[in-house]
Amino acid sequence: MVEEGLLEAGFRDIVRIAAHGAFVAELERQSPDVVIFDLGSPSRDTLEEVLAVSRALARPIAMFVDTSDEQMIGAAIEAGVSAYVVDGLKKERVKPVLDLAIRRFNAFAAVQKELEEAKSALAERRIIDRAKLYLMSTRKLTEANAYALLRGTAMRQGRRIADIAQALLTAAELLESNPEDEA
Amino acid sequence: MTPIKIAFLPLTDCAILAAAKELGIAEKHGIALDLVRDLSWATIRDRLVYRQVQCAHLLAPLAIAVQLGLSQHKAALAAPFSLSLNGNAITFSRQLAAGLAGKPSERIDQPGATVKNLSDALRRLQRKPVLAVVHRFSSHALMLRYWLAYAGIDPDEDVQLRVLPPPLMTGALASGEIDGFSAGEPWNSSAVDAGAGEIVALGCRIWESGLEKVLAMRDDWATANPEVVDRLLLTLDEAATWCDLPENRQKLARLLSSDSYLATPAERIERALFGKIRLTPAGDTMKVDNFLLLHRRAANFPWRSQALWIYSQFLRWGFLEHSPEAERMASGVFRSDLYRRALAGGPTPLPSASLKLEGSLSSERGVSSDKGTLSLGPDRFFDGRVFDPAKIGEYLTQIAS
Repeated sequence: MVEEGLLEAGFRDIVRIAAHGAFVAELERQSPDVVIFDLGSPSRDTLEEVLAVSRALARPIAMFVDTSDEQMIGAAIEAGVSAYVVDGLKKERVKPVLDLAIRRFNAFAAVQKELEEAKSALAERRIIDRAKLYLMSTRKLTEANAYALLRGTAMRQGRRIADIAQALLTAAELLESNPEDEA
Repeated sequence: MTPIKIAFLPLTDCAILAAAKELGIAEKHGIALDLVRDLSWATIRDRLVYRQVQCAHLLAPLAIAVQLGLSQHKAALAAPFSLSLNGNAITFSRQLAAGLAGKPSERIDQPGATVKNLSDALRRLQRKPVLAVVHRFSSHALMLRYWLAYAGIDPDEDVQLRVLPPPLMTGALASGEIDGFSAGEPWNSSAVDAGAGEIVALGCRIWESGLEKVLAMRDDWATANPEVVDRLLLTLDEAATWCDLPENRQKLARLLSSDSYLATPAERIERALFGKIRLTPAGDTMKVDNFLLLHRRAANFPWRSQALWIYSQFLRWGFLEHSPEAERMASGVFRSDLYRRALAGGPTPLPSASLKLEGSLSSERGVSSDKGTLSLGPDRFFDGRVFDPAKIGEYLTQIAS
């Protein structure tokens, strides 16, 4: 996500390195101007140590773009991104890079969340559908009546329809299973 | 309810914070404790420095490094409560451990002989072994350096020190990427259980009273919120007292084993809490006293002499140059004044001094406090040296010779 955004913004020279194993050697070979790093990665301590002692990356490195801009740093931490910048690179040039990284990280997190929500909604609908089918076949109800029964039970018990449907399916499974199988 | 966010790393020594929250102690003191789990010290430090959290579970040397401006952004910090003494170990790959003489428990009992053994083993190895620590400014790194230097092994020349996050240590050891590491629990036990290494030294046998983690906060926040700080310290004192009781330790291990904390089997966590350490994959086990101290023997008191010992090690390894200003700033991080203010009148005895000789007590001894006698020690270094915080220069000359 960050990479795409940077490309769109006209930054061409981007290399992606996985933060484990020999990532430090690779980083040294690349000798980058800016390192953008995931705050959630445990390897940040390793990276900082390398920045402190490495010969290839021996120029002083500042963390974040401008340590005086606390609001921006706050936003970066919230989004889960940090940038290590080679000293001497003009701040004006780097700020938009980090701005963009933050926006992209946030967008990515939002998309992830939506995906998860969509996934669980789908799973719930399947459960409700199966519970409806069960009621339709065992109680000879229409689909609308089966759904009304589930909804009414949920309302009376102050629970969600999906939970009621799941409970019904579990109970049905228990009733139908052969006790001999469990022995 | 006062909301307080505290960042922590999943380690056995986050015990007091976990107990404060899960046993409802924080709530009782009107604090809505929000524990934020992180995976790197860098991120915890940034959260604290840039005001994303009010407090942090922090490596004591890192708190001092931040105050001195040695680790990224410089910030004035206050550490009014120590969260643990000891609790670390040094684990070697089975190959490197095989080069050491003695039975597994003898190695632990004789840290001096073991490291001299290591020195011989290194000559045979004919390459620099790679030893990993969790952070440049960690108690683990300082302890490992102290131990190596005793046998004349220069930690900056004769070995290659690397920083690696604890959860990656076992894998790196198994794959041969590193030859050994120093970390807190449960990561040594985890490497032993995976068959990747053997525990060859224990922190509590290198320094019997080694400061490990502190509760750190920004100085400006502590100054602006004295009443909240007091309630927080009362909370932690109560939680630490609970954690200290042997009869609570099983429950503590279970609590820490959950996914919101260490996500590690309770049995593995219990080893550090009961001081029953499994040293080798073959199952050699050893009972050790004081493996991890969470409360007794003034473990939570922020001794300025311990801050100064850390400062002396920073000087020793060339992390900074001495200046009276730097020395004052380093010892000033540890706020025994805040500890005393918050806990005055409580059940925990308060020592009458804020500095002590480090390494002078060969057994448990009573010292004066505001409530009769307080037990301190043992606190020896394995080489028998004593650190006098008033004579740092002399100490460094002695230790270099």
